[in-house]
Amino acid sequence: MSNKNHHEKIERSVGLLAILTVVAISFGTLVLITPLFFMDEMTQPVDGMTPYTALELEGRDIYIREGCVGCHTQMIRPFRAEVERYGHYSVAGESVWDHPHLWGSKRTGPDLARVGARYSDDWHHAHLMDPRSVVPQSNMPAFPWLEENRLDGKLTARKMEVMRMFDIPYTDEDIATASESVKGKTEMQALIAYLQSLGTHLK
Amino acid sequence: MSNFWSAWIIVFTLPVLIGCALLLKWNLSNHIGVAEDETTGHEADGISEINNPLPRWWTYMFILTLVWSVFYLAAYPGLGQWKGLFGWTSSNQGIKSLEESRLAVEQNRAAGKMVELDREMAHADEVYGPVFQQFAKRDVLDLAYDDEAIKIGQRLFLQNCALCHGSDARGQQGFPNLTDNDWLYGGTADKIKETLLYGRKAAMPAWIDALGEQGVKEMTAYVLSLSGRVVNDREADAGKAKFAMCAACHGADGKGSLAHNLPFGAPNLTDNIWLYGGSAKAVEEILTKGRNGEMPAFQKTLGEDKVHILTAYVYRLAHPDKATSQ
Repeated sequence: MSNKNHHEKIERSVGLLAILTVVAISFGTLVLITPLFFMDEMTQPVDGMTPYTALELEGRDIYIREGCVGCHTQMIRPFRAEVERYGHYSVAGESVWDHPHLWGSKRTGPDLARVGARYSDDWHHAHLMDPRSVVPQSNMPAFPWLEENRLDGKLTARKMEVMRMFDIPYTDEDIATASESVKGKTEMQALIAYLQSLGTHLK
Repeated sequence: MSNFWSAWIIVFTLPVLIGCALLLKWNLSNHIGVAEDETTGHEADGISEINNPLPRWWTYMFILTLVWSVFYLAAYPGLGQWKGLFGWTSSNQGIKSLEESRLAVEQNRAAGKMVELDREMAHADEVYGPVFQQFAKRDVLDLAYDDEAIKIGQRLFLQNCALCHGSDARGQQGFPNLTDNDWLYGGTADKIKETLLYGRKAAMPAWIDALGEQGVKEMTAYVLSLSGRVVNDREADAGKAKFAMCAACHGADGKGSLAHNLPFGAPNLTDNIWLYGGSAKAVEEILTKGRNGEMPAFQKTLGEDKVHILTAYVYRLAHPDKATSQ
C-alpha cells in the first residue's frame, strides 16, 4: 500500500466521498438551473395573466391527486408537429405561478398545456366518466367518483394563502370568498374548470 | 440574460471542461506506486483489484466528448450570452403574448436569423400552403365532391372533430350526428363554416322552477307526442297549455328555431331525432336541468383555409350524393 495513492483517501472516507460527489454534480445545477431564478423572462408572467380561481385551484389539486401528470404533459415543445397539433409552444411566463409545475415527462395521453376551451364541458364530463364513450381507442382510466365527491372548501383559503407566499397576486377578497365559492361543487366541476383554464392565458 | 449570469455560466463551464481534461491526463499515468498489472492489495471474496490502465477505447471516447464540447459551445448558444457561430436557436424565448411571438417571427425572418421552429413552419408553408390556398379559392359545394379535398377533409375531421362527433360522424349522446342532414344552426355551407370558425353555445334553461315536477312530466308527454309517440293524453294536453314558454325558441309548432329562421339552435321537437336521448327520462332530465351544448371555435386552432376544406367535408357528409346537394 502506497502513500502516494491520493485517491485512496477519498475511497476510504465515505463523508469526504459524499461531499466531493455533491461538489462534482453541483456544477450542472449551478450552470443550468440557478440563473433561471434570476432572469426576468423566466420569472415574469405572460401579459394579462390571472391566477387560478378558487375552483380551478381545487381542480388542480385533484389533477395532482389522481396522477394525471403521470400520463399527460403540459409542455408543448417548439416543433412544428406539436405546434400544429396543440397550439403555440409553451412559454416560461405561463408556468411562473404553478407551484409545483405540472409539465410532466410522459405522454401516454396527449399534451394538455392548451386543452382549455378546446372541448366543451359536456365532453370533458362524458370523457372523465367513461373515456371510451367518446374516444373508443382510449386507454385512459375512468374517474366516476369525481362526480360523487363534493368539495368542502375547508382548505381552499389556506391553499390560496400559501400560493400568495409565492407572490401569486390573490387579493384578500379572493381568499375571503374562496371557501364559499367552492363549497358543494363536485370534484368533477373543479377538475373541468381547471382543464378549461389551461393554456388560455397566452393571448 | 444579465452580464453577471452570463459570466457565472462561463466561469463554471470552462473550468469544468479544463478540469476534466486535466483529470484524464493525470489518470493516464501511473502514480499510485503499484506497477501495471500488479495487484493493488485490495481483495474481496478472493477477487483482487489489479492496477490496470484506463481502457484505450474509453479514453478516446472521453477525448472525443471533450473535443465535441468545444465545437458545440463555439457553434451553438450555450456559454451565457454567446449566440454561437451558427446563430441557431430552437424558438423565440421569453414571449409574453401571441403578438410578441408573431413580431419576433417577422423580425427574425427579416434579419435572416436561424430559428429552428420558424424555419420548420416557413418550410411547411412553402410546401403545403399552396395546396390549401388553391382549395381556399374554390367554392365549398365544388370542393365537397373533389376527392383530394375530401381526403384532406377526412384527415382534419379525424384529428379534430371525431373526438365528439365520432369517426363515422354519426355523433353520440350530446354530440350531433352530422350525416343525417338534420341541423341545429343551419346546414348551408355558410352556416357550417360559421359554426366551425366561431363555435356555438346552446342555452336551454332549466324549467324545474317554473314548471315543477308535475309540470315537467306533462311537458315531457307533450314534447314526445309532437313526434308521434304514444303518451298519456291528459298529461300531454296539460303540457301543451304551457308550451308558450318553449315556443319562443322551439317555435309554436315545435319545429325548432331553424324552421323559423332564428339563430338559437333550438332543436326540432317533431322529427324524433334526439340529441340527448328520446326516452321520457332523458327529456325530463333536460327540462329539469337545462342543457348547454357547446361547439368549440376552430378559427384559432385550424385557421380559415383548413376550416374551408373541413366545411366541404361536413357538407359532403350530409349530402353524399352530388345530385341531391342543393
